[in-house]
Amino acid sequence: MALIAQVVAWFADPAHWSGADGIPIRTVEHLEASALSVLVAAAIALPVGLLVGHTGRGAFVVSSVANLGRALPSFALLLMLIPIAVDLSLDFSTWPILGAMVLLAIPPMITNAHAGIRAVDRSLVEAAQGMGMSGPQVLLRVELPLALPVLLTGVRLAAVQVVATYTLGAVAGGGGLGRYIYDGFARQDTPRMIAGAVLVALLAILTDATFGVVARRTTPKDARAGNRGQAKAVAGAVPEPGV
Amino acid sequence: MPNEPLIRWSWVTNHLGDIAAALGQHVELTLIAIVVGLVIAVTLALVAHRYRWAEAPITWITGVIYTIPSLALFVLLIPVTGLSTTTSEVGLIGYTLLILIRNILAGLDGVPADVLEAADAMGLTRLQRLVRVEIPIALPVIVAGIRIATVTTIGLVTVTALIGQGGLGQLMLSGFISLFPTEIYVGAILSIALAVAADAGLLLAQRALTPWARTRSRA
Repeated sequence: MALIAQVVAWFADPAHWSGADGIPIRTVEHLEASALSVLVAAAIALPVGLLVGHTGRGAFVVSSVANLGRALPSFALLLMLIPIAVDLSLDFSTWPILGAMVLLAIPPMITNAHAGIRAVDRSLVEAAQGMGMSGPQVLLRVELPLALPVLLTGVRLAAVQVVATYTLGAVAGGGGLGRYIYDGFARQDTPRMIAGAVLVALLAILTDATFGVVARRTTPKDARAGNRGQAKAVAGAVPEPGV
Repeated sequence: MPNEPLIRWSWVTNHLGDIAAALGQHVELTLIAIVVGLVIAVTLALVAHRYRWAEAPITWITGVIYTIPSLALFVLLIPVTGLSTTTSEVGLIGYTLLILIRNILAGLDGVPADVLEAADAMGLTRLQRLVRVEIPIALPVIVAGIRIATVTTIGLVTVTALIGQGGLGQLMLSGFISLFPTEIYVGAILSIALAVAADAGLLLAQRALTPWARTRSRA
């Protein structure tokens, strides 16, 4: 109980809300690094997933990436990239964690983009082709809109994973909200450590909830019941939870 | 670490005992989490299967736990259970629940209605029907969940190095602190190999247990 009061006091201290180590700056750092990683990963993963889904060729690429992503723990990936960054004279407090975040965000997005397209009713695709649509038109105007909810589930999973992974970057000297956890631990400042964990947990839950709302907005009302089942099935391909 | 190879083999041959101990701890932490997680998940899934209204709160709560980043969850447990194996295990078990419960429910829901009717018509009690009909038919989907949970847990165990456990994660962390790549790579490669081996082993076990489900087991 005393600890809860200390954590509340930590949050109430104005000093923790300003400056380079203040909550607003740390939160922005966390969000910036996460958004950047998801964008870079999406630029790689979504075109590949959509094309493999559209052409039906190269499905093994998608399944191997998914399996690899599942077996590769984020902490191991981060630490493995550190000696490589040092060898390349890159700053090891930024590049390894960003590399790990991008690599881990790819599997859920590639898997769900592919699964979303494959789940589109083939008769709709044939009807679109019968109407004289070209391949790209079928992909962009028929398959993509129908695949969107499942695809966005992949983006949501990737975003939550990336927010969680960036927390570990503090171990290697990176920024973000993980700093409070790591510094609190190192200085035996338990209120700081707990406050950091609370902030990180809240950010992950809010990220998940935000994408949940976006997913619901982009799903046509009459398709919601069916898509819920789809999202459930595809979520089985989820690799790690928050790490 | 210039001129330091990613893996210095002489270190590996000199430290086989330490490596084996770390691997052993990794397997132990994973096994406890999966076995206890499975007991809790089966109980909760059966409750949700019997009383449908319980499904939403159970999946919601386990979903929130699953969303919390692992380092944060472990740290939040420290004031309660200290820097102990218990802290690691409670966190690890928490992460297995959503995956296991979702797959157990999906497996049970996938049992065809006519099979259930046939079982009822043969005079099976509810418990007999569950144990002899529903669970065997659901087994491939349940094992698929155990495989995902196991691979996930093996990865998460590495993070517990930050709170004093970690098995192979401990090796990796020590390699990072002393900037010695060999320890990082030995720990990481072994943890990935362990995940792949556990996944394959569980798949083989499931095929042996449910020879009739060969075609569906690919899921």
